Amino acid sequence: MTTPSSLREDDEMAPQTRGIVEELVRDDFGRKKFLKAVGTAGAASFGAFVLAACGSSSSTTTTKTSTPTPAPTPAGASVPASFGSGDVGILNYALTLEYLEDQFYAKVVAAKLFSGAVGSLVSEFAYQEVQHVAAIHATVLKLGGTPAAKPTGKFPITTAAAVAKLAYTVENLGASAYLGQAGYITSPDVLAAALSIHTVEARHAATLATLVPGGHVTPTGAFAKPADSATVLAAVKPFIA
Amino acid sequence: MITDRLANPELVECEVGGVTRASFILRGALAAGAVYGTAAVAPFVSSALGATTDLDILNFALTLEYLETDFYQVKAKTVGLTGVAAHDAANFGMEEAAHVAALTSAIRAAGGTPAPKPTFVFPVKTATEFLGLAYTVENLGVSAYNGAGPLLKSKALLGAAGSIVQVEARHAAAIGLLIGKSPTPSGGFDEAKTMTEVLAAAKPLIK
Repeated sequence: MTTPSSLREDDEMAPQTRGIVEELVRDDFGRKKFLKAVGTAGAASFGAFVLAACGSSSSTTTTKTSTPTPAPTPAGASVPASFGSGDVGILNYALTLEYLEDQFYAKVVAAKLFSGAVGSLVSEFAYQEVQHVAAIHATVLKLGGTPAAKPTGKFPITTAAAVAKLAYTVENLGASAYLGQAGYITSPDVLAAALSIHTVEARHAATLATLVPGGHVTPTGAFAKPADSATVLAAVKPFIA
Repeated sequence: MITDRLANPELVECEVGGVTRASFILRGALAAGAVYGTAAVAPFVSSALGATTDLDILNFALTLEYLETDFYQVKAKTVGLTGVAAHDAANFGMEEAAHVAALTSAIRAAGGTPAPKPTFVFPVKTATEFLGLAYTVENLGVSAYNGAGPLLKSKALLGAAGSIVQVEARHAAAIGLLIGKSPTPSGGFDEAKTMTEVLAAAKPLIK
């Protein structure tokens, strides 16, 4: 049997796997350990976040924190006025999300929860989020705007299984956040940049899907779903100190 | 990058046989490319891009989706896929077929005529070769949508294209992991290709 396999939970490991998949399998952070870990790690503690990311209306109560509610989104705008208007506002909203992803991955890398091929991928993704922050920050300045302040993130960095699941959720949320803004961007150059980041977040999400029990490469099937800024900001609220 | 495509705006109003040069050229590009070779067609396509209509882009995307659907739903059955690869090909094939259906109805809704489905030829025999080509094709699809997206005038269509390209990127990453290639081959920023570049890359797969 020469067919490659993956860490997809509903599949058995092929005895002969290749390349990165092979490394993933051999990794001490392999699928079986993963499944075992998830059984004991409190996946439920992320339930509220996952619900919020899915836009469930019931999640607003469970994710409520003392963080002040962002200013309402003005009519015709796609992000709260506090981020700025037009493309600058959208970029600052994206910058805020990228700052959070950046800090999240930095903490994950520092915690050394992952090793081997998975560790390499996580480090790669971490670096790519840093690049997104830098690019968006520079673009805001180029457009004459003031870059959004860096939020202080707080993330539950516990077990590898829980962190992978959180990363999967965060990346899916990020991808849907970009998709939700595409139609509001006016500059073709800003749109091109946003699209090029959007699909990288999707690639991250799909990669993490293979590590998470019950993860799906395409969780919403043939068509990815956008998320508006209110949904996204409510979902990330618990992760801002 | 975007402005490069507007290099020949004077061609916008040219007409060939009663249709705009842009739509004529793009609609006929794949067929003409098959006859004359991409090198002959590419410059015309490039000239036309500044004037590309949403319908042209949708038909361009439809052609790529036809290709992907055929690849996963027909070719995949001949290369002996098993396990995760077979599972993925089946799922991805259904998703590509859904893209074909969505683009076809979007084209009709916009008053256009869906491009005919070309005949494809995929030079792969084994599962390994198939997955290698799948990785190439999916990444090409991502760069095609990302390149064409900013040219779309309709925000609704942009949203639809964005929704599709995200799925193509997910496919590409999953296939990459299966074959030991990077899930993010362009690093932090995915490539955007012009339609000319995409057509040139797809040309060997079109009979």
